[in-house]
Formats: sequence, C-alpha cells, structure tokens
Amino acid sequence: MAYEIVVLTNMAISILFALSLNVITGFCGQVSLGHAAFLGIGAYTSAILSKAGVPLVVTFIPAMGMAALVGLVVGVASLRVRHDFLAITTMGVVFLFTGIVRKQDILGGEIGIAGIPAPEFGRIGLLVTALLCVLAYLLFVIRIRKSWAGFAFDSIAEDEDTARLLGIHVPRFKLFAFLVGTAGAGLAGALYAHQIRFIGPDSFGFVESISVLAMVIIGGIGSIWGVILSAALLSALPQFFQIIDDFKLLVYGLLLFGAMRFAPDGIDGLLKRLFRRAGGTR
Amino acid sequence: MLLIDLCIQGLIQGAIYALIALGLTLVYGLLRILHVAHAALFTLGGYVGVVVTNGSGSFLLALLTAMLIVGFVGMASYRVIYKPLLMRPPLIALIASIGVFIASEELFRLVFGAYGLSYTNPPLKGQVEILPGISLSHARILVVVLAVGLLSGMGWLAVHTRIGIAARATVVDPAMAASSGVNVETIRYASFFIGSAFAGAAGVMVSLLNNLVEPTMGAVPSYKALAIIVLGGLGSVRGALVASLALGVIEAFGTIYVGHILDRDSIAFAFLIMILMVRPQGLLARG
Repeated sequence: MAYEIVVLTNMAISILFALSLNVITGFCGQVSLGHAAFLGIGAYTSAILSKAGVPLVVTFIPAMGMAALVGLVVGVASLRVRHDFLAITTMGVVFLFTGIVRKQDILGGEIGIAGIPAPEFGRIGLLVTALLCVLAYLLFVIRIRKSWAGFAFDSIAEDEDTARLLGIHVPRFKLFAFLVGTAGAGLAGALYAHQIRFIGPDSFGFVESISVLAMVIIGGIGSIWGVILSAALLSALPQFFQIIDDFKLLVYGLLLFGAMRFAPDGIDGLLKRLFRRAGGTR
Repeated sequence: MLLIDLCIQGLIQGAIYALIALGLTLVYGLLRILHVAHAALFTLGGYVGVVVTNGSGSFLLALLTAMLIVGFVGMASYRVIYKPLLMRPPLIALIASIGVFIASEELFRLVFGAYGLSYTNPPLKGQVEILPGISLSHARILVVVLAVGLLSGMGWLAVHTRIGIAARATVVDPAMAASSGVNVETIRYASFFIGSAFAGAAGVMVSLLNNLVEPTMGAVPSYKALAIIVLGGLGSVRGALVASLALGVIEAFGTIYVGHILDRDSIAFAFLIMILMVRPQGLLARG
C-alpha cells in the first residue's frame, strides 16, 4: 500500500507541475525550456523553512512567492525576446539556477539538502494535501481559461502582434501567465521536497524541464485534460520501465520522438480525431 | 602571462565551439529548427575517431572516416527527423530532436559501454613552445588549424561556388530560390552533410584532447552551441563564429575569476542572458 501511495503522490505532483507549465506554454504560447528551475526554487524554499521548524502547509506560501518572484523576472525577459530566443533564454535560466545552487554552501552545494522533515500528517496526509493542491490549482486554471484573461492568452499565443493591435495589453497578460505558472511550479516543488525528502541541484536540471514540457506537448498544448492524462501516464511510466531499466532513457527518448512524429497535437488531438471519426460513421 | 594563457586556452575552446555551432547555424538558417540532436553527431564523431585510430593506428584516417560517416548520418537525420516535421510548428521539431538526442545517448552507452573509450596510444602528444613560457600540444594546434581551415573553406564555398550561392539564396528566401531553379532539397542535404561532418571533426578533436569519449560528452556542447547560435543572432554564420570565440575566452576567464559563485556552464548562460537583454536579436543579426 505504501508503494501505491508514493506513486500516486508523485503522479499528483507531476500533474500540478505540468498544469503550471501549461499556463505559460499552453495558454499563453510562451515556450519555456527551464520550468524545472521554478520547481527547484519552491523545493529549496520549502525545505529550508521546514528544516527551521515551519509547518509544511505554511511553507507553501513562501515557496510559491519565491518561485513567482523569479518567474516575474523571467517574464520581464520574455517581453524582450521571442520564440526561439525565449526558448534558449529559459534554458539558460535552468542552467543558471543549478549553477548557482551548486556553488552555495547554504543551499547544500553539490550534495544538496538531506533530512527534510517528514510531513507532520504522514504519507497519506501528504497524498491528500497534494491532491487538494492539484484540485485547487485545477479549478483556478479552469477559471482563468474561461475568463477574459483566457481569451487574451489565446490571442497572444495565436499571434502576438495582432493581439496588440486589438488593444490587448500583451505585457500584462504575459507577466500574469508567468506569475501563475511559476507559482504553481513552486507549490509542486514544496510538495516534491517533502515527498522525496532529499533535494539536490541534479533534481532540477534541463532534463526535468524537458520531461515536463514533454508532458504538456504529449497531452496536447493548452488542453487541460490532455495534460493531466499525459502527466499521470508519463510519471507512472518509469515505474513500469524499472523492469527494462537499461533501456529506460532509450524508450523515453524514442517515445518523445514518436509522439512528435505521429501525433504532434498530443493525446487531446488524438482523442478528438477519434471521436470525430466515430461520429462521422454514425 | 596568465592573461595570454587564458586567452589562448579560450580561443582553442572557442574554435571547437565554432566547429560544432556551424552546423547548427546552417540548419537553423535553412529550416528554422533548433537541431539539438546535432550533439549526438558530435559524440558519434568522437567514437568513430577512437575506434578507427585504435584499429588502424592512423589518426588522419580516423579523422576523415569520422567526418564522412557523421556527415552521412547527419543527412539521414534530416530525412528521418526533420523532413516529415517541416510543416509543423518549430517547437514540435525541437522536442522530437531532444527525444532523439536522449535516445542516442542511451544507444551509445549500450553499444560502447558506460565508462567510455580512450586512445590506446594517443597521437599528437608533442609540445611546441609558441610564445616564451607558453607551450601547446600538437593536438591543440591541430584544433586551431582544422577550425580555421574548415571554416574558411566553407566561407570560400559559400561565396565562390554555384552551390554556395544557391545555399545562401535558399536561406534568404526558399520560395524565390526554388522558383529560380535551385533544388532546395539538395541544398538541405548538402548543408546537413557539411555541418555534421564539422561536428564529427570537433568530436574527434575533443576526444583526443580529453583522451576519452563518453556517452554523455555531447550534452554540454549541445546546450552551449544552442546558446552560441542564439547569441550570434540565429542563422548568422559570422555571428556564430564571433560568439564561439567570445564564449570560449569568457569561460576561460570566468572560471578563474567568478568560478567560486558560478560553475562553468552557468557562466556561458549568464553571458547569454545579459547580451540578449541588451540586444534581443543577438550580436550580429541580419536585418
């Protein structure tokens, strides 16, 4: 039972993390190759505070705050550079983050932070907390999608210049997307730190940023349910791969390539096509 | 003395970056795709170099074989990865490319083993004193000669031959070039061959300098080469060369003077972000 709880908690954290990137990349169309940096900022903030005796739930607020603060800075950068330039800048952010963490003794340097206190309400409690966080963030994201901001995001993702021409205040909405997205990643990071109870610079690198981007893209960029489904699947997949451990990354890489090659609109597009075909034959 | 030494080390590193980044720039210019899997070709070059040198005893043969094989694999990578995705948004091709890169690292590990290979009898070990007090190994000098030779050869090709002119026309406006009788597909295959062969050469040289090839040796260069072509202004060959050399030198100085706050890789990206905030279109962007 304990094993299933761990897998489910990991799944919930992955879903939250992927949903948070979906706000930036999916809704607002701003590619980020460095989203793991914000997971890391949340994890480090929460880990340090809870080692100092602050209760886990209370650390959520500063973890989200710190991540969102840095996210805002990156958001300001996104006002300056676009498309591929932005992709590489965000990739720079994750390298900068791990590079700085590696050299700071307060943050544990290369070794990382171990012995993060177990959550006071136990493993099942952590799972419930994670699920509640996912639910809250999900409702918030759905609310955004249906609001005026959701339309503004869509138009920016579609064509930034036209959006500006229509009188949409592009910088404001971009910053809002980064704020919401990185705060979500910070929350996921706080949960992650207390789930694994050990964090180091290697847990928040480029590969992790790519994996979460893969979840969003395989789910279908911008689709909330598709992203939830693919995050759940992809986070559970490595557990099955344990049997063929030697080929784990090989399979993962080929899966990424295969998904892009044969179903570039993701699970969401796949399901939609399936339903349309089924509807057509009827 | 330290200053000159650092400059020289930086320029040698920069020459290697330039050989890797050239292929990326060519691909970006033609297809507007960030070709991450390029770094896998660099690693492949390293493996071919070590295997052939150890097998035949001739380093020159190894270098040429590596360039040839890697060039053809590069052409195959265009056919298999990018050609089917050309009509898709560039992000799709980027993720596909990253997928292939991750898979290839694992493939190298399975085929050649996890601990890497080294030269049984490393060639070009002799030292030459180029300035009083500063001596370089033959291998390092070969890096510079090779980079200057290959890159200026490329430059000559681009300016003076029909295929070079056609290639530049295709970069500027593919549709116009095609309607003027340029076979765009040929240009793409040729660019992939040249860019990949150069990366293969860089792979052989790096494997010689470190006397080691590992499955993961492509990881850091791949990210850095991306930073370089962005820094140079995407698709600009001249910009990429300037950025390669600049980055090599800045890293050499950076590791000495700010190495206690930032590690080597983040220095490159800190520099990148700083430049992009001032010049969002890169150092030497066209138009």
